[in-house]
Amino acid sequence: MSTTTFWLAILGAGAVTFALRVSLIALLGRLEVPPFLERALRYVPAAVLTAVVIPLLFYQDGALEASVGNERLLAGLIAVLIALRTRNVLLVLGGGMAALWALQAVGQSL
Amino acid sequence: MTTTTRKASRGIGLRSPTRSPDQGTRTRSIALELDGAMAESAKPASPGAVFLSGARAIAPVALALAPLGLAFGTAAMGSGLSALEALGMSVFVLSGAAQLAALPLVSAGASVAVVVLTVLVINLRFVLYSAALAPHFKNLSAGWKALLSYLIIDQVFAEAITRFDRGEVQEHARRWYFLGVALPILAVWLACTVGGVYLGSWVPEGWSLDFVLPLIFIALAVPAVKDRATGAAALFAGVTALFAASMPLNLGLITAALVGVSGGLVAESMIERRNK
Repeated sequence: MSTTTFWLAILGAGAVTFALRVSLIALLGRLEVPPFLERALRYVPAAVLTAVVIPLLFYQDGALEASVGNERLLAGLIAVLIALRTRNVLLVLGGGMAALWALQAVGQSL
Repeated sequence: MTTTTRKASRGIGLRSPTRSPDQGTRTRSIALELDGAMAESAKPASPGAVFLSGARAIAPVALALAPLGLAFGTAAMGSGLSALEALGMSVFVLSGAAQLAALPLVSAGASVAVVVLTVLVINLRFVLYSAALAPHFKNLSAGWKALLSYLIIDQVFAEAITRFDRGEVQEHARRWYFLGVALPILAVWLACTVGGVYLGSWVPEGWSLDFVLPLIFIALAVPAVKDRATGAAALFAGVTALFAASMPLNLGLITAALVGVSGGLVAESMIERRNK
């Protein structure tokens, strides 16, 4: 991505985000949130977050790599287990990185 | 009480005479607010004191945000962004999940439209926050509305709206309380973005620090699955993402997100029907 495209994308994303934030504060009384949107929004965090993380774990250099040889996938699964048990961001980060380093070390020694 | 009145009248006295019609209404509304404040409580706090009480309330949350900010900076650096570019994202977008989700798109060279569309879907929730805050900000000037809107962030909204809805902050003090809550969050977010980029650049490449990005999303995604319907949303999104990742124009993420949301809605109505 070129520098110009990058800044265009960021300014566009910023403008859209500001429009969403200011929307009903500016239009008070003239517009309401449709109930359907309110229901749908409940599922955005779970859907988006999962949609981001899955390709990052399963794809390596643009190719699907769903095997025990994929250290990132295994370390990611360990991080999911830590997140389920502790709900602590720092432990997930620390534990996940440690798991990746350990798996990479094992992979190199084999 | 007297100090507030004196400050208000001094402020109006300093303004240029060309804006006198506006001043009249402003003086009246201040007087009305002060009457209301007197009825509610014996000692209305000064803007500075209200600002500080907001800052104190948010301090632990602001500290807890630091690892996420550092992780964003580090992940941005891992995606090939400079400190200025990472800071630009934090200033203009100011939304952790959207910024983090945009990183893989940006480093894969996605088009402007795809980045903007993805950020739009992730940040749609701000419309709900805007709706909830609107009645509390309705008497403010356009400038104040714009400033406070820019500062709507998940943590800020959560802290402010509970106090506002319980009536714990008087109407004339709400903007100062909101600023007091928002500015520490903004400061931590911007400082940690830059700090994270430099932290990331010290670390040798063999440490695979780009793995911080999926880890952060795991830490956020697991608590987002609260019940069977949100679980279905995650499942549909995950399976779609697995097969849509090679879609042209990097449209995989947005496709998977929309399929996931639809899956959640379908699961919700199925669960409702069964419970009837």
